[in-house]
Amino acid sequence: MNRKALVLALAALCAASAFAMGGKEAAAPANPRIKLATTTSTENSGLLGYILPIFEAKTGYKVDVVAVGTGAALKLGENGDADVVLVHARAQEDAFVAAGHGVDRRDVMYNDFIILGPASDPAGIGSAKSSTEAFSRIASAGATFVSRGDKSGTHVKELDIWKAAGIAPAGTWYKEAGQGMEQVILMANGMPGYTLADRGTWLAVKDKTSLKICYQGDKGLFNPYGIIAVNPAKWPSANNEGAKALIAWIMSKEGLKAIESFKLNGEQLFFTYK
Amino acid sequence: MNPFLGALELIVSGDREVFLIAGTTLHFSFWSTAFSTLPGLALGILLANYRFPGRRAVAAVVSSLTALPTVVIGLFVYSFISRSGPLGSLGWLFAPPGVVLGQTLLALPIVVSLVYTGLSKLDARFTETLVTLGAGRLRRLASTLFEAKYVLASALLNAFGRVTGEVGVSMMLGGNIRWYTRTMTTTIALDTSKGEFERALSLGILLLAIALAINALVHAAVKHEE
Repeated sequence: MNRKALVLALAALCAASAFAMGGKEAAAPANPRIKLATTTSTENSGLLGYILPIFEAKTGYKVDVVAVGTGAALKLGENGDADVVLVHARAQEDAFVAAGHGVDRRDVMYNDFIILGPASDPAGIGSAKSSTEAFSRIASAGATFVSRGDKSGTHVKELDIWKAAGIAPAGTWYKEAGQGMEQVILMANGMPGYTLADRGTWLAVKDKTSLKICYQGDKGLFNPYGIIAVNPAKWPSANNEGAKALIAWIMSKEGLKAIESFKLNGEQLFFTYK
Repeated sequence: MNPFLGALELIVSGDREVFLIAGTTLHFSFWSTAFSTLPGLALGILLANYRFPGRRAVAAVVSSLTALPTVVIGLFVYSFISRSGPLGSLGWLFAPPGVVLGQTLLALPIVVSLVYTGLSKLDARFTETLVTLGAGRLRRLASTLFEAKYVLASALLNAFGRVTGEVGVSMMLGGNIRWYTRTMTTTIALDTSKGEFERALSLGILLLAIALAINALVHAAVKHEE
């Protein structure tokens, strides 16, 4: 290749790069970007991809979704790296507000946690009377259990159940994955083993696994989601106007209806308090 | 459908999101390579052509920095550009400038190191000849720059390839935000975690094509140099 060709190729690379990300939408609000820190279950189930475009088209805001675990999402809010958080760990949410990190907390929606496991249910948790009893049976059978291990809302719930069962989970049967919900379900599928999952993510990935719901329906498995604006008094840099607008829209009739109408394979994933 | 066929279909049909993601990646890589060019070239020439105390130590440090894990760069930059960090007021975290900053730091040692080793290989008699011919300092620097252009081209292409294929910096500093900071590698990580392999594979194929193209260009540059 001669020198000209090399220069041309470099120029082509530059042109291709400059071409990328050219279009920016016309925006009405002064600060149109809202940073929403949330859990993997709301983003990866497709819920936010379904409801946020409606909000964006209506208001001219653009919502940047950072999908992490609940613990990490709250930390982002605490450090001022997000404008609003949508999470699921009620006790931590209250602590977040009490510590002055967030304001204007609202209950948005709920679904439930389920215990997934191999179709053969080797620990026999199907007949358990509560989620704590189900966990006890898994531990005493030494059946493989995959934990999120990432301080996510699901991980917090799992630890609560172990605590209620009076068990400190440890041993070769207990695997701390440190990964997102889908990945953990797929790992449980591969081993195979049990895991605690939110129903939304389960419905989104169940076709890719041979696991089944081994235990469900206990009141202790209730999974409520809350939305909190980052405290503008603590972080003046936060887009509080945008956070307020987003919360107001989600809590409006239109927002709640959008959440209710989101379905995956014909099944509703999230329910609102109507 | 076979995921591989599905992946090819996404590419052939020109899937909008796949190509937008590829564009974002090239965009970030272009700017981080561009920003590392001038300091990289200057430091590389300095190390190769000038004698100063501690030169070998600096060269050794630079060459070990080329092996710096992307997550370590991501972690350091994160702590600086988080709102609670010293550069927090810039608002660069989870935005394109944050990714470009991290990738520039990733590219810089590669450019310095390759410019330095490339120039060191140039015939030492070249400089001597210039001196004998009575060339002044500026003239010698100009000649070096002229000689260095293929060395620099191959260094920049190498750096471009490295930042295009990295995942740690993009994920930690960009936050994998759809339509904004989602790159080819972070999409592959996300899709694989969801067990959705088609789009991941299509991006993998595009990444491979970019890597091959860059390699061909590097080869051409090196050949020309010889």
